[in-house]
Amino acid sequence: MPSLASRPEEILKPAQPWFVALTLFAGFIANLLPVSGYAAMLKPDFLALVILYWCIQEPRLMGVGVAWFAGLFMDVADATLFGQHALAYAFLAYAAEYFRRRVLRFTLWHQAAQVAALLVLCAGLVLLVRVVGGAPVPRWTYFVPPLVGALVWPLLSIVLQRPQRPARASRTSSRR
Amino acid sequence: MLHTDPPPFFHRGPSPLARFAFFAVLSIALLFADSRFRYLEGMRHGVNTVIAPLQRAVQWPGEAWEAVGVYFASKSALATENAALHERLLAEAPALQGAHRLESENAHLKSLLDIKDRYAGNAVSVGVLFTARDPFSQKVFIDKGGDAGIEPGAAVIDEAGVVGQVTRVFASMAEVTLLTDKDHAVPVMSERTGVRSVLYGAGAGRSLELRFIPPSADIAAGDRLVTSGLDRTYPPGLAVARVDAVERDTGQIFARISCAPLAGVNRSGELLVLGRTAALPPRPDDPPTPDAARKPGRAKVRRGG
Repeated sequence: MPSLASRPEEILKPAQPWFVALTLFAGFIANLLPVSGYAAMLKPDFLALVILYWCIQEPRLMGVGVAWFAGLFMDVADATLFGQHALAYAFLAYAAEYFRRRVLRFTLWHQAAQVAALLVLCAGLVLLVRVVGGAPVPRWTYFVPPLVGALVWPLLSIVLQRPQRPARASRTSSRR
Repeated sequence: MLHTDPPPFFHRGPSPLARFAFFAVLSIALLFADSRFRYLEGMRHGVNTVIAPLQRAVQWPGEAWEAVGVYFASKSALATENAALHERLLAEAPALQGAHRLESENAHLKSLLDIKDRYAGNAVSVGVLFTARDPFSQKVFIDKGGDAGIEPGAAVIDEAGVVGQVTRVFASMAEVTLLTDKDHAVPVMSERTGVRSVLYGAGAGRSLELRFIPPSADIAAGDRLVTSGLDRTYPPGLAVARVDAVERDTGQIFARISCAPLAGVNRSGELLVLGRTAALPPRPDDPPTPDAARKPGRAKVRRGG
């Protein structure tokens, strides 16, 4: 696997706020898509991934507060209790604050491993809060979407990074 | 003079930990308020009016695909299906005609006994829009809401039996809590013996539980359970579940009875929302002791929090 990471010396252009907003909206729509059967079991939380990505790359635009509000919308869309997604997204945004100082030094697949740990931790936090609140313990498949999310991470990073790459750097990466 | 604080142009508000702590506490407060008291229904309705068009819009690709499939369905397949449906109609004709006779007889007897009709009978047929993606609860959304006269609390059935109950109604969609949702309760009776109890859901992938049945009661695997109608939410006589296994342990007060729903709780695409039962009788005068006041009058959905 060749290194797909943005190399440490490569400096990305700042992301446009409208692009961040657009990708958040796209993540939200992706979460709304109706799926059934195995797809429903596997489907990762795209909005969480997009939020995590922007928290790492553009902390000026994306923080705990914005993530929390996005979570409230997801709570209504999924008919979950108010605060369930909000708590998860706020946690991701907070974790990203510590994560981003080192994560960009890794290759994308190493990043994915760390994202997996982060998403599973996040799912565990939501599980803890809900089970303490009296909800039934879900099946083990509860932890599948976070892992699938980590697998999607490298692809998502490349897509979200593209507009920010300086022209020459994007050419070298496509020639590889 | 030493300053430990950064110069003002590096100030970035409270630290991330403080911010996270604030929003985490807020989230937990919301979770508590929503699960225990349902204070936030107004807010949920407000946000839903924004989201509902999007939720509708994302259904289009799937629906279009289905429409294309129907368009190209072969004639012979349709003919076979038509023949099968005719056959079924014919097979059920005697029962139906018998039912008509029984109904008129029943109406006559009821009028003699002056019993008010308990089931209003204005059912609405609905389609399932999508399943709520919450691993902690069992809910589906249906494509009609307050506009079509659906009310919260109405029973929802499919062709085989009870599916659940409407718990939230938005303008053009409604949320149905399924039988299998944790702590969703339906008052039922055994069709064979008439033993009455309450059937509880236990969460995704777990069988339903029939509670409060003493080990000595006459109930066996294979018994069909139908709604008893005691809660005035579900009309009496709807099929609900079949008893799977009965575990009698004399050390326990109640038998452990697991049941499987008869309806395709998670699979049905077409459902029927039954009208609410006729007006409840007037509330009795408040009893003198507070203990008696807590007697459960009617079972309703307790949301697992």
